Amino acid sequence: MIRFDHVTKLHKGATRPAVEDVTVDIERGEFVFLVGASGSGKSTFLRLLLREDRPTSGTVWVAGKDLNKLANWKVPALRRQIGCVFQDFRLLPNRTVAGNVAFALEVIGTPREEIKEIVANVLDLVGLTGKEDSYPNEISGGEQQRVAIARAFVNRPSILIADEPTGNLDPETSIGIMKLLDRINKIGTTVVMATHDVAIVDQMRKRVIEIENGHIVRDQARGVYGMGA
Amino acid sequence: MRFGYIIKEVSTGLRRNLTLSLAVIITVAVSLSLFGSALLINAQVNTMKDYWFDRVEVSIFLCGNISDSPNCADGAISEEEKGQIRSDLQGMTDIVDTVFYESKEQALARFKDQFKNSPIADTATADQMPESFRVKLVDPTQFAVIEGAFGLRPGVEQVIDQRQTLQKLFDALGGLQKLAQAVAGVMILVTILLISNTMRVAAYNRRRETGIMRLVGASNFTIQLPFLLEAAVAATIGSLVAIGALVVGKIYLIDQTLATSFTFTTFIGWDAIYAIVPVMLGAGVGLAVLAAGLTLRKYLKV
Repeated sequence: MIRFDHVTKLHKGATRPAVEDVTVDIERGEFVFLVGASGSGKSTFLRLLLREDRPTSGTVWVAGKDLNKLANWKVPALRRQIGCVFQDFRLLPNRTVAGNVAFALEVIGTPREEIKEIVANVLDLVGLTGKEDSYPNEISGGEQQRVAIARAFVNRPSILIADEPTGNLDPETSIGIMKLLDRINKIGTTVVMATHDVAIVDQMRKRVIEIENGHIVRDQARGVYGMGA
Repeated sequence: MRFGYIIKEVSTGLRRNLTLSLAVIITVAVSLSLFGSALLINAQVNTMKDYWFDRVEVSIFLCGNISDSPNCADGAISEEEKGQIRSDLQGMTDIVDTVFYESKEQALARFKDQFKNSPIADTATADQMPESFRVKLVDPTQFAVIEGAFGLRPGVEQVIDQRQTLQKLFDALGGLQKLAQAVAGVMILVTILLISNTMRVAAYNRRRETGIMRLVGASNFTIQLPFLLEAAVAATIGSLVAIGALVVGKIYLIDQTLATSFTFTTFIGWDAIYAIVPVMLGAGVGLAVLAAGLTLRKYLKV
């Protein structure tokens, strides 16, 4: 599903590559934690996946496509296969819960009559039935993140990327979000989650890829957050 | 692509940026008014050139009793000399088109007509008017031949090429034309810069929406279209205002003021206005969309 082949990314003006000679394979349907300190290269890794950045050398493969060879105009099609969730939710404050989710469908040209049903289904999946007409500032952080996940997943992407999705949430709410991500993973979605949350990583016992100074220092099935920590 | 979504985006975009939209509309209106004026001045000068150069003549003024030019030291021209000039002119068929003799009485009548609003017309008499031959040339540039043949003849006071007099006028008008074009050019540059800046602000204001659109895989076209349409709508309104201003100018300045005061020449008609309407609309909208598109390429990258 995702394959990095000796990928190095040197940002313009930087003295040291953000990721260096990274080679990793993530299979379809896997759930992977990406751990590492701030500035370790996690964000660059995710940006390379989304083709927001292009590698300085090496090849990134996503969903069978070599991103180096992907034409600019095909990038939107790639991104439709990848859902994204962030620490800061990134909801539109002037749209309702249903409106925020529908927005993702509207802008890719889904017919209006289909949108309503699709949105209702995905809101049911994330457990927000009944909140459709609330605005983001009227609901809790955990609920906002569920809206964001619904928006990322409404198009049924094959990959879901989550960048510190629990970073702004208390532990209890975080568990709810993790259960939701786990459920989305069980439907067959590949989930890549960058996180600092030790408790969650240790509890979930999924594959852990640890990045340090741009290198993969650990890749462990059913791992925990820190080896010796 | 959802039509309703786009319409909504454009109208909210225009409203959200009301002051900037107004600034774009006004700048487009002003610069296109100047651009259109430059085009109309061009058309007007061409109309006048056609009208006047069609009528220019070479005038051979003859010595009369009151001529004080040194060429007329021998007194008034004799009938014999007059007849010679006429037959010589008529003989030069390859360069002379028509010859018309204007007597003192005819000259007076024309003078009175030209100065009918001035008290000077009442005091003029036929004796003060010069006799002349009015010569229309096949090729108006062949003035030197006529002047060489008749300039120094006894009884000829002066040979005048009206074309040279007119040329000075048209040189002055040409300067005016160039000035109008330069001002219009500067204003168009200002318009491009303003539209570019407006798009930058609009893209910044909506970075949250466009950021999400990129992530969920909206096409570049979908992301940019509302911005481009916003620029096109503002430019269309501005162009229409500019066209309206020119129509008003044509009615009040040309038809009701200039044309009634200066009856001796022609002015541009409505066909000149019709001709520039599509040019102005095309230039306004094309300019706006081009400026917006180039700016957005930079600020709304994939």
